[in-house]
Amino acid sequence: MPRIGVFVCQCGNNIASTVDTKKVAGEMSKLPGVVFTCDYKFMCSSPGQEMLKQAIKENKLDGVIVSACSPHMHEKTFRKASEAAGLNPYQCEITNIREQCSWVHHDKTRATGTVKSIDLTRMTIERLKRNKPLKKIKIPVRKKALVIGGGIAGIQAALDIAEGGRDVILVEKEPSIGGNMARLSETFPTMDCSQCILTPKMVEAELNERITLYTYSEVEKVDGYIGNFTVQIRRKSKYVDEDRCTGCGECIEKCPFKVESQFELNLTKRKVIYTPFPQSVPNVPVIDAPNCPKIQKDKCGACAIACGPKCIDFKMQDKIVTEEVGAIVVATGYQLMPNERFGEYGYGRIKDVISGMQFERLASSSGPTGGEIRRPSDGKVPQSVVFIQCVGSRDEKKGVSYCSKVCCMYTAKHTMLYSHKVHGGQAYVFYMDIRSGGKRYEEFVRKAIEHDNAMYLRGRVSRVYEKDGRVVVQGADTLSGSQVEIEADMVVLATAIVSREGADTLAQRLGIGYDKDKFYNEYHPKLRPVETVTAGIFLAGTCMGPMDIPESVAQGSAAASKVLALFSADEMAREPITSVVNRATCNACWDCLTACPYSAIERESVKDRQGNIVRWLAKVNEGVCQGCGVCVAACRSKSIDLRGYTDEQVYAAINAF
Amino acid sequence: MKIPYYPGCTLNTVAKHFDASARDAAVSMGFEMEELAQWNCCGATFPLTPDNLIGLTAPAKVLSNARKAGDTLTTLCSVCYNVLKRTNKVMKDSKEKRAVVNGFIEEEYDGSLNIIHYLEVLRDRVGFVKVKEAVKRPLKGVKAGCYYGCMLLRPFEDIGIDNAERPTVFEDLLRALGAEVVDFPNKIECCGAHLAMNNEDVVVRLSGNVMTSAVGMGAELIVTSCPLCQYNLEKSQPKVSERTAGYAGVPIAYFTQILGLALGQPVEGLGFEKNATDIMPLLQKKGIV
Ligand SMILES: Cc1cc2nc3c(=O)[nH]c(=O)nc-3n(C[C@H](O)[C@H](O)[C@H](O)COP(=O)(O)OP(=O)(O)OC[C@H]3O[C@@H](n4cnc5c(N)ncnc54)[C@H](O)[C@@H]3O)c2cc1C
Ligand code: SF4
Ligand code: SF4
Repeated sequence: MPRIGVFVCQCGNNIASTVDTKKVAGEMSKLPGVVFTCDYKFMCSSPGQEMLKQAIKENKLDGVIVSACSPHMHEKTFRKASEAAGLNPYQCEITNIREQCSWVHHDKTRATGTVKSIDLTRMTIERLKRNKPLKKIKIPVRKKALVIGGGIAGIQAALDIAEGGRDVILVEKEPSIGGNMARLSETFPTMDCSQCILTPKMVEAELNERITLYTYSEVEKVDGYIGNFTVQIRRKSKYVDEDRCTGCGECIEKCPFKVESQFELNLTKRKVIYTPFPQSVPNVPVIDAPNCPKIQKDKCGACAIACGPKCIDFKMQDKIVTEEVGAIVVATGYQLMPNERFGEYGYGRIKDVISGMQFERLASSSGPTGGEIRRPSDGKVPQSVVFIQCVGSRDEKKGVSYCSKVCCMYTAKHTMLYSHKVHGGQAYVFYMDIRSGGKRYEEFVRKAIEHDNAMYLRGRVSRVYEKDGRVVVQGADTLSGSQVEIEADMVVLATAIVSREGADTLAQRLGIGYDKDKFYNEYHPKLRPVETVTAGIFLAGTCMGPMDIPESVAQGSAAASKVLALFSADEMAREPITSVVNRATCNACWDCLTACPYSAIERESVKDRQGNIVRWLAKVNEGVCQGCGVCVAACRSKSIDLRGYTDEQVYAAINAF
Repeated sequence: MKIPYYPGCTLNTVAKHFDASARDAAVSMGFEMEELAQWNCCGATFPLTPDNLIGLTAPAKVLSNARKAGDTLTTLCSVCYNVLKRTNKVMKDSKEKRAVVNGFIEEEYDGSLNIIHYLEVLRDRVGFVKVKEAVKRPLKGVKAGCYYGCMLLRPFEDIGIDNAERPTVFEDLLRALGAEVVDFPNKIECCGAHLAMNNEDVVVRLSGNVMTSAVGMGAELIVTSCPLCQYNLEKSQPKVSERTAGYAGVPIAYFTQILGLALGQPVEGLGFEKNATDIMPLLQKKGIV
């Protein structure tokens, strides 16, 4: 005969106002196998827990039920207390009589709530009677991390993990790390030069012995589970031997062919063998194979002749490397919406209509104009510039529904940079609202308006066209209720921040979720902001949605601290609520394998003594299984069961209802 | 090729020359505009508000009659085109509204008609290459501004004749006719539309912007596709000339008149005399007539 104790919690008045807890306890004491019952004001308080422990010891209980709030709240608390009193923690079960009972019933006579609590608790008792003591699952943890994406968020995560004493692989798809921040001129709200604060971090990442940099590389395949991922990385051929290259740049000098520079957003050209920007890390050039005549038709080869250490190899092939890691940080960042989508603004047709990111390059001292603001069409210094905010943002019809968050701030920054560089120049800004939430952000925008005389016009632009070498902007000023027409020399569009092309493919490869805009989903938007639903995979930076540098860096560090916490022990313990296959009856139909949303089911072969495969069986990978129970429902031969929720237990509970 | 055709009220009255020139041009391009045996006003000014279904009954009636004549319907007036196409979409997409409207007009129309503008017939069925081959009197040296107005293009999701912000269909046609096309910023702006009835000042300002911006970009001729645009531009011209220093006016004509001209039809039959502005001096200057 089992010896069960039932503890009914009043939760102050949360439960007691609609449930007669004393009556529930009294009814339970009549059931066979129940040897102890009580009700108490706050079971989760320390006297409550003490009471539980004492009752277990004094009454030699072999199972306890706490009828209280949702197991999400205090299951852990009560299991721990039970364990401390010498009970197997999984012999402690919770009945939810708060969220699913007292809170949803308003009957002050307490009739409904009490009856329901009695039913629910009785069901749990029947389930508990058929419980088997379970043990936490131990999984070994490989203490090496993978960071995907070498923007500021990824760099920060890699540096912090390395600082914490763990090895990191940083995979970046471009020839250099740095991401979008490497393009920026100066950064709001403090106006420090982006390169000056970023380059030291890039170099640190390169020199840190714990960090392995794989640039020009992409993650192709991810297998395994928390603590035990196997990752395949494609290292695209650079055609330059990284180990021997000294970064002298002779090859670039001698290369006779030029193409548009993506890093400079087509504002200037680069050589076919190139580094994206002078401070690139690593400082090793790559050959842009589709544009190289040597690789395409065996004509040229000037770079190889110029290279002193002879590290150029036109026959170099992509390499696939396999790495074993325990945790993954995804920091793949953002891109900008193509401006061509907005025909009314003339981007792509009118040369002097540029994007905000192009303006960053014009203002950057390492940019194509050496930091002088000169317009693309004729190189003249523009005497007036119109900035248009919310191009695609907050525009469900043509663009995206959300606010890109950084454009108000960087447009204010642009007007300042412009007025500092072009004295007497006039900046106009068309805006919808100014969103400058953040430490010293509002003051920053005020400064642009009051100190640097930017003219802010609240309204949208309907049309931009060229007239006599100038760019005419037609728009509305909704504050004065009039239509305005401004003849400017240049127009800058603050285009919406969107998720990276291919963000969905990568998410599917990793098994993480994404939203309608293909930004990655955090586990919980408030309480678990850098975790994903897939254990062991973390997020940082703008791959989750628009944000600025301070936030991206904070998230990089947060993700790193999660990784380090995971790596703090040699093994990690997991809840044992996983499914198990009955090897005697499994007939390998693989229904469970297709049904499992976490790919936790594997195929296992059974061999005879000669090593011939005689049978196949489904096998649950306990590291991956989330205990959702989908396989149990799918299995036609009833060969899979869920620990803690076996068919037997569930039927017994239903029968007790 | 015969295409069922809905002229609409305006083309049957004050814009007869728009209608006639289009029919003649069709014949020389090898197709025939077959007027619907029975048709009524499309409703024109009735707003296509989502919940005012009574406005849909007139155009739905036109559509259901047209469906009996074939699976395609073409029209010329931008307003008719807009109203018919949008009504058709409602009849196709909304089961509930379809039921109400059909109940009212006692028809069983399901939105299966394909509504195409005359420009689309030329572009998609005949092809501008063919049009170009048929040109007998190329408009060499004529700098034309193509004025789309609003109704031919918007709302984009419902109309979809071309890119709403950067359309080219009109220009492509004029180029095929040998003209030099002038791009001007106000080509898809409003002419003032029905404000002609109660707020002439706005019309003069808006139509004025269209004309002065076209002329400012070098246009010697403005080509239209809508009787209301044509009317507003023509009507405003004297006042605009009065108010704008250095603006001497510009001839305005329907695109079908220009098409007929290029296809070599007799100039007298094109109805240029019905336009309020005189195109002849321009044509003579360019040696076209
Ligand atoms: C015009 C403009 C001006 C701005 N000015 C400021 C400012 O003044 N101050 C401020 O705080 N913020 C500013 N921002 C915002 C700032 O750019 C971002 O907050 C920051 O760059 C985000 O960094 P990140 O690491 O999240 O993403 P990114 O910088 O986008 O980095 C992501 C990296 O991941 C790599 N990657 C992507 N996909 C893969 C893949 N599949 N495999 C491997 N690698 C991959 C990319 O190549 C890239 O290097 C500005 C933004 C814009 C558009
Ligand atoms: S071989 Fe290719 S990369 Fe090298 S110099 Fe010639 S074009 Fe440039
Ligand atoms: S010349 Fe050779 S060593 Fe120098 S940067 Fe080029 S590849 Fe590297």
